[in-house]
Amino acid sequence: MSLAGLRQGKPEHAGHGEAGEQPHEVAADIHFAAPFSKENAGMDESVPGGAYNFAYLDEETKRMIRRAILKGIAIPGYQVPFASREMPMPYGWGTGGVQVSAACLTPDDSFKVIDQGADDTTNAVSIRKFFERTAGVETTERTAEATVIQTRHRIPETPLTEGQILVYQVPIPEPLRFLEPRETETRRMHALEDYGLMHVKLYEDIARHGEIATAYAYPVKVEGRYVMDPSPIPKFDNPKMEMAAIQLFGAGREQRIYAIPPYTRVVSLDFEDHPFVAGKAPHDCALCGASDTYLDEIITDDAGSRMYVCSDTDHCATRQEAAA
Amino acid sequence: MIALEGGFADVPVEASRAFRAVLEAMARPGRIEAVTGAQAPGLSVAASVVALTLIDGTTPVFLAEDVDSPALRQWLAFHTGAPVVARGAAMFALGGWAALGPLGAYAQGTPEYPDRSATLIVEVQRLENAGAKLTGPGIEREAWLNLPEVEAFLANRAQFPLGVDFIFCAGDRLAGLPRSTRVEG
Amino acid sequence: MYVAVKGGERAIDAAHEWLAEERRGDVSVPELSVAQIREQMALAVNRVMAEGSLYDPDLAALAIKQARGDLIEAIFLIRAYRTTLPRFGSAEPVETGEMACDRRISATFKDAPGGQVLGPTFDYTHRLIDFALAAEGEPPAAREALAEEAPMPRVTEMLSRDGLIQQEQASDEVPPDLTRAPLEFPAGRPLRLQALTRGDEGFVLSMAYSTQRGYGRNHPFVGELRIGAVPVEMEIPELGFSVEIGEVVLTECETVNQFTGSKTEPPQFTRGYGLVFGQTERKAISMALVDRALRWEELGEDNLGAPAQDEEFVIAHSDNIQATGFLEHIKLPHYVDFQAELELVRKLRAEAMAGQQQEAAE
Repeated sequence: MSLAGLRQGKPEHAGHGEAGEQPHEVAADIHFAAPFSKENAGMDESVPGGAYNFAYLDEETKRMIRRAILKGIAIPGYQVPFASREMPMPYGWGTGGVQVSAACLTPDDSFKVIDQGADDTTNAVSIRKFFERTAGVETTERTAEATVIQTRHRIPETPLTEGQILVYQVPIPEPLRFLEPRETETRRMHALEDYGLMHVKLYEDIARHGEIATAYAYPVKVEGRYVMDPSPIPKFDNPKMEMAAIQLFGAGREQRIYAIPPYTRVVSLDFEDHPFVAGKAPHDCALCGASDTYLDEIITDDAGSRMYVCSDTDHCATRQEAAA
Repeated sequence: MIALEGGFADVPVEASRAFRAVLEAMARPGRIEAVTGAQAPGLSVAASVVALTLIDGTTPVFLAEDVDSPALRQWLAFHTGAPVVARGAAMFALGGWAALGPLGAYAQGTPEYPDRSATLIVEVQRLENAGAKLTGPGIEREAWLNLPEVEAFLANRAQFPLGVDFIFCAGDRLAGLPRSTRVEG
Repeated sequence: MYVAVKGGERAIDAAHEWLAEERRGDVSVPELSVAQIREQMALAVNRVMAEGSLYDPDLAALAIKQARGDLIEAIFLIRAYRTTLPRFGSAEPVETGEMACDRRISATFKDAPGGQVLGPTFDYTHRLIDFALAAEGEPPAAREALAEEAPMPRVTEMLSRDGLIQQEQASDEVPPDLTRAPLEFPAGRPLRLQALTRGDEGFVLSMAYSTQRGYGRNHPFVGELRIGAVPVEMEIPELGFSVEIGEVVLTECETVNQFTGSKTEPPQFTRGYGLVFGQTERKAISMALVDRALRWEELGEDNLGAPAQDEEFVIAHSDNIQATGFLEHIKLPHYVDFQAELELVRKLRAEAMAGQQQEAAE
């Protein structure tokens, strides 16, 4: 038995030195030369190997995501597992959408990012900046001019057209998750097209409240087969999902990608005697006067006065400009 | 050294443009897209571009006998690192329609994981919007595409959500046919 | 007149500038160097390396500095950086049986070949604040002795020789990689161990603790805990043999657990296994307990419904980067979905109140 507490004759701090330093030194050599300099991109100089590939992700990762997107397109509404990477932004803040956008963007694209319908919300600003830096793409706030639109919680009011891609950020892609937390179970339900649990839930809503008490992330059935979570968009937006553009959904933390090709049947779940209704606040926009848009509710004083304005800031501004 | 040639000159940019063409083609069956930038020995430009865009060391490939050659194997090994395997183990297959079959030999996906199925990159003589009538996801009303036959696609559609997916290539043009498309003669 | 809120970009830039200022703190106090953090906050560095899954003490120290000492934030920085690194290949499995141990203890045998080595441990310190540390000055040099040449074979091997402990099946199969393939359930032990070794220390600790308190109790003894350096070797295809590319410090814990036997197996001991980067023994012991709890099915035990026995529950919730991201994302704007709920609640309340009034009128 050796003497307790005595240090053994080992080199101090074993481990750092060659083996420890190797990763980042090598990384700088291997990464593709980026189409921007570290300086003009505002990359953090303190990060070793601070030059990244076009649209940040390495090519192998992009290929993996691209393959998942194509399978998602081939099986509309089915959640394709993908090896989501750890992005330089937190899970839950759009890492899935960012990876899908990174796999789709070309240098010719015009990229728009919205959060809650607005281009200037902090998370939208942050993601837009990320792609300005890493992909050098042109960005826009105009829905009609954008070729790729990444969104959180809204579908733009302006109808999307062929040639556009709408990328949704998805927190929980599994529509059955709140009814059954186990992945092994929900996967089986999708395989068997066993959606009884969902119908029971919706029916219980009606029994208790007289209507389906789901206001956002309202489940849909895609092309008559898969029940799908449309991400936390208000149910007001559900009817827009039958559109001319390609819709891609990315859930980074949950490692799922799914898709809706253009002109695909997307039906909000309902019952014959309780049909789906796409609701909104019963007001007009106080800025542009629109009566057919989804509204933000703004509290304007401490007496509880309220006003309602378009959540889609580009749509609202365009209407105001046209009226001026 | 032929194996070293015929790849993308600017990988991230060319691959991104090629992917968008393939995405549009898959998402809008009947849509014919043009691509550029790659040339494998014995393959069309389109099939070469698709291979470079989607295939790598993690995706086993089947080479049908009408395209298989030492030169193509070398090219694939150099540019993609993809292992060449039999039909049943392949995620991608390359070749002419007759040589690729039978379709049933490829992975069709499982009820839990229908995405685990092969994608066939099919070399054809020409692509035009005539012949078979296509309906389904991605198609507003109907679309037309000169498919090599109809029966095989009916059988493939019948097992939806299982099934294989197709990318047809002719020269520098390509068209997609996902398993979700309904095909009529 | 109401004008929509603008200026998100400027607000973000200003917040980042303020953050940088706060990170530095009072400039009249000397700035910490990365080397100081690496040397004097070594256990924090170890935790960041372990949960960041990247063995690089300098980078971990830098991440801790950048994260203002928030270790989960530092782990996040390391993870995001790690993802971008190219992969040249895989190392050969490390041989922990030949570890140059700084610490090696067994709770199952009073003595064993190689002996009990306490090493640099807090175990028997009295937890009294040492005010002398507040003053500057170097500690007296620790007494030294030459390392014994005697090998330190694994304690469980001695039990194994007599057939008293379950044999692990050797396998040459390439283990799956949690960071390169989507997680699938059932996950299997190689994937579970990967998830546990990079899992949140607090979560794995609590899960392990829950088994000790009876939620899936598995009677663990620390068969052996060893901490030390092992060489890392990699086979170079061009050379056709392995070369040593460096050294890593690891903590390994093997627990010896009671097992009453099953229909097919006579009574014998079973194992739980923990292996973690750096000197991280709380984590390694916790990992071994949770590993053992998750093996109930393989060992033919009953599922008692204990949280630590539930593979999907444990693995899906062990990652602190996933957890903190999703938890913290609820502070992002949710105006749109909240507005949808607000309208729904107003409508349901209006209907309910109309119903009550009607009832009252009748």
